[in-house]
Amino acid sequence: MATKPDTIYFFGTCLVDLMYPQAGVSAMQLIQRAGVKVIFPPAQTCCGQPAWNSGYRDEARSVARAQLALFPKPIPIVIPSGSCAGMMKVHYPELFAGQPDEAQAADVASRVYELTEFLVDVLHIELHDLGEPVTVAVHTSCSARREMGVADKIESLLGQLSNVQRVEHARKLECCGFGGTFAVKEPEISAAMVLDKVTHIRNTGVDRLISQECGCLMNIGGAMAKQGDAIPHQHIAEFLWERTGGNAA
Amino acid sequence: MSSEFRNTVRANLAKPEVRANFYRAMDGLMTRRLDQFPDKAELERLRTQSMAIRANALSKLPELLETLEANLTRNGIQVHWAETTDQANQIVLSILQKHNAKSIIKGKSMVSEEMGLNHFLEALGIEALESDLGEFIIQLDHEAPSHIIMPAIHKNRIQIAKLFHEKFPDIPYTEDVDELTQTARRILRDKFYAAPVGLSGVNFMVAETGTLCLVENEGNGRMSTTAPSVHIAVTGIEKVVESLSDVPPLLSILTRSATGQPITTYFNMISGPRKPGEKDGPEEVHLVLLDNGRSNIYSDPELLATLRCIRCGACINHCPVYVRIGGHSYGTVYPGPIGSILEPQKAGLDVHGELAQASTLCGACSEVCPVRIPIPSILNRLRYDGVRRDTANTNTVGSGKRRTLSEAATWKTWAWAATHPTIYHAGSTLATRFKGMLPTNLGAWTTVRSAPKLAESTLHQQAKNLGVDHE
Repeated sequence: MATKPDTIYFFGTCLVDLMYPQAGVSAMQLIQRAGVKVIFPPAQTCCGQPAWNSGYRDEARSVARAQLALFPKPIPIVIPSGSCAGMMKVHYPELFAGQPDEAQAADVASRVYELTEFLVDVLHIELHDLGEPVTVAVHTSCSARREMGVADKIESLLGQLSNVQRVEHARKLECCGFGGTFAVKEPEISAAMVLDKVTHIRNTGVDRLISQECGCLMNIGGAMAKQGDAIPHQHIAEFLWERTGGNAA
Repeated sequence: MSSEFRNTVRANLAKPEVRANFYRAMDGLMTRRLDQFPDKAELERLRTQSMAIRANALSKLPELLETLEANLTRNGIQVHWAETTDQANQIVLSILQKHNAKSIIKGKSMVSEEMGLNHFLEALGIEALESDLGEFIIQLDHEAPSHIIMPAIHKNRIQIAKLFHEKFPDIPYTEDVDELTQTARRILRDKFYAAPVGLSGVNFMVAETGTLCLVENEGNGRMSTTAPSVHIAVTGIEKVVESLSDVPPLLSILTRSATGQPITTYFNMISGPRKPGEKDGPEEVHLVLLDNGRSNIYSDPELLATLRCIRCGACINHCPVYVRIGGHSYGTVYPGPIGSILEPQKAGLDVHGELAQASTLCGACSEVCPVRIPIPSILNRLRYDGVRRDTANTNTVGSGKRRTLSEAATWKTWAWAATHPTIYHAGSTLATRFKGMLPTNLGAWTTVRSAPKLAESTLHQQAKNLGVDHE
């Protein structure tokens, strides 16, 4: 399915829906601008990951099952999050093993793309930077890096932008400490992790923090905001859309 | 929500010196490991090979243990089986009593930690002296190991210098690592010759040849297993491999993953007591094989992968949680990611189940595991076992014991809302509209973070103006 499709499904994720809708809008606009039609199934809610990671598999399955029904056509499903994509691609087959809809879950899983992966590997998107010079730090979520194996995609997208300089921060590969319900269940450890991450990012002196994961952005961004003088943070889709002139390009 | 674990974590997070010690040590270990695997493809090939060796051994564990026992016995090594740590301690005691031994000298053994052997013997007036330098240091300070291969890693050079000065006031104070090591060596050297019994762990047991393999750097393992006239080895039943040819690849990936060494200074292959005409070696060699919950883990096809572990500690070295809270926070013999999957299974989810929560599931552990144990998947499974209702379908000890009415009700409500899109979206739209009225104090989240800001309108609302299809 590496050839450019006519149409794709977009699964926005619950976090993007409520907290970072601009990331979802920009992602769909980037895809549309490349000449691909976007279907946004309105009944979508959540991939089920929070319950899955908390051990509540029956509840996770019932929510996941409601999503399975939303993607009947044999076209890609694009998700602006490594962790939600990982849930659907890697964990749906586990969650539905031995269930009557096992085959449907496997089919959905096989069509899932994380957004940056889709932009690079399927759309072969070409970007022309129209923005002012800017320095950025990139944080890749652990699920994008290890579960989906797409950490290089965000780098290659940013690499296309001539006025964007990426600055490496210390311990770049280390988790930011979000971990979904982990941040609530083990708040002290999570706090220690995110405060270290903030320090490393601040030490770079960059203008902006970019990630493909809104969960990490909410965590790191929230910690910076609490300290004051937060470095602006953006989802990669929003940043790319803005840098490449949006609709004007 | 508070717990003993969280209280310990809080206390340890507040110790900057200890945190710095862990940071420095783990950074060094990660770099050294990386330097040992310049060829990524070779590393992945070796990991697959090592996983296959361990998986093969486990697939025929009962049979291999029988072969092992037969071949060890033929070699003159006396084999003892212990289902519990109490039984294992009693076996060691009976051997000591037979020889009227009032002291033992120990090489490093995590299984002896599991048994609580030192405390057990000390209560009976028998001295158990640790001869591994790290173990020697923490024994002086009455501490437990904070890492499975570097037990004193939570201490820095200055702390060790002060400890030595306090315990050995006759020896001049020094912060020189070589001098400190020499002090320990001098003290231990006499003990090796005086101790009637030596005790060690085992890294690999070879079924085919009846050989016990011991990996170490200081030579204390060789001394503990050869100088005293009796050698007792203690280990877990899972440490068996089928054939001698399985050992070189496992040894190579073990030392490279653990300390970033191509090979350790010493590699001992113990194949029996002193034979007639031989000049040295122990007169008796015993092996105590401990189960302590391993058979139960073995009975589950998914959790079985836990037993592939070769105790390199790479998962620990790479864990962003461990490096911050340190080994003692776990309150268990095995800390870090391997401890978080092993200890809840051994002691029960009701006892150590919280450790399965002490992970962001970032996957740094499974990425480096030389035998590809899917640690995050096992953590997820243990979280499930902890709260599941159909406890008859799992053998995990303490299944269902972590289920609380309030948490179950929360997930049930969440699932109901997320499977009723109309209500769900009405709720989220409402939330964005009245976001000014939402609380800004969200408990744990807002201690170091601002409350998450809801958007002006949801993606669902904005998508309507985007010219996308809604079907």
